[in-house]
Amino acid sequence: MKKFLLALSTVIFLFFSTTSLFATENSESEKFNPGPFIVGHVIDDYGWHITGEGAQSVSIPLPVILFDGGKPVVFMSNKFHHGHCAYKGYALGFTPETKRTIVKLNDSEFTGEIAELAQKNNITDDEGMASLIDADASLIDISITKNVCSLLISIIILLWLFLKVAKQYKQRENQAPHGAQGLVEPLILFIRDEVAIPSLGNKYEKYFPYLLTLFFFILVNNLMGLIPIFPGGANVTGNIAITGILAVITFLMTTFSSNKNYWKHIVNTPGVPWFLKFPIPLMPVVEFIGIFTKPFVLMVRLFANITAGHIIALGVISLIFIFGGLYGPALGYGVSIVSLVFYVFMGLLECIVAFIQAFVFTLLTALFTGMAMEEEH
Amino acid sequence: MSSLSLLLQAAADGSIGKMGAGIGAGLAAIGAGIGIGRIGQGALESIARQPEVAGDVRTNMILTAAFVEGVALFAIVVCLLIAVA
Repeated sequence: MKKFLLALSTVIFLFFSTTSLFATENSESEKFNPGPFIVGHVIDDYGWHITGEGAQSVSIPLPVILFDGGKPVVFMSNKFHHGHCAYKGYALGFTPETKRTIVKLNDSEFTGEIAELAQKNNITDDEGMASLIDADASLIDISITKNVCSLLISIIILLWLFLKVAKQYKQRENQAPHGAQGLVEPLILFIRDEVAIPSLGNKYEKYFPYLLTLFFFILVNNLMGLIPIFPGGANVTGNIAITGILAVITFLMTTFSSNKNYWKHIVNTPGVPWFLKFPIPLMPVVEFIGIFTKPFVLMVRLFANITAGHIIALGVISLIFIFGGLYGPALGYGVSIVSLVFYVFMGLLECIVAFIQAFVFTLLTALFTGMAMEEEH
Repeated sequence: MSSLSLLLQAAADGSIGKMGAGIGAGLAAIGAGIGIGRIGQGALESIARQPEVAGDVRTNMILTAAFVEGVALFAIVVCLLIAVA
């Protein structure tokens, strides 16, 4: 077993060392630019990038689903050849404004290199490139992108884990927890005893299923984002749309479970001098804005924490290629050791952050809901 | 006056903005450092006074540190948006 592990790690090391050597050689002719590299990995994409750069890159193709004026169009994203090619008149945006979106070309049946199309129409500048795009096209894009795919994988993991545990609880009633139960039970009890009951009181049972769903959804997606290779690596909880929807649900939960007392505190805050309320309604305005800032900050906190974690990991790895490009591959190798140690350290820190952020989001959701239902005291 | 026009020129081509992003990131780091440092100070003092509540204090310390970090990352995101976009 030990020998096998040694052999495996040697193979992995050799594999990565050759690729890093290759990359440093490349960067001598074309300087490595960490900015686009980091941004490209942090935000959503139409394919799942695995290795390589530019035209040599290898990625898992994902389905592109478009509604072009009501007509559905489905094809795989590898037809784009990393943005070089168009397929049946659809292409990845090649002008600065349409970057990372799908555009429809004026030449609606064109399949092939975009550069060829530009040459055929004698186009050299950016403005001319923009004229190739059909600006009036109404495309509705519901593609299975990297984030959506990662979301589906997380859903499968969650369903598998919880259906299994639920079955175990039915079979092993009144027995000590066993196997996966031992993983899930402490977390559920933790959420119940530390989050739900202290903030929601005796009415916690109504909200408990959602709190657990929220916690495990964020936790699993955070942890999946920390895995650098295929089933993980997508920045799901570092996507502002996803954290935004979670925050909107929190906002709706707070608003719909609110009572008279909650609104009284907003409109006519007790214990505040009258001159803060009467000619200019300062306190009511502040309180009213507070309704929206609470979920907004919730959204930004999760987004910023997870995105920052990804950026730091990518930045540390980028250092290898920056130094390798500056002073030759030898220094790249030297820095790679330091970078790897840093990467492991940051990875462990991110494991804690993944848990804390899931916990904080759940705690605050419970707290806001509990505050909205609080009786007068 | 000439320095003002120089500044305006630099602002127009975006280099001042990038400098501002750098300064902003540094200020956010200082703020988060002070905040987390004070949380650590408070937690250590209370654990030293009352070692039996160390577990509770530690949980709350990490939680509060996460809040401070969240605010700092808020600033970092704004700086990043200036620097990249």
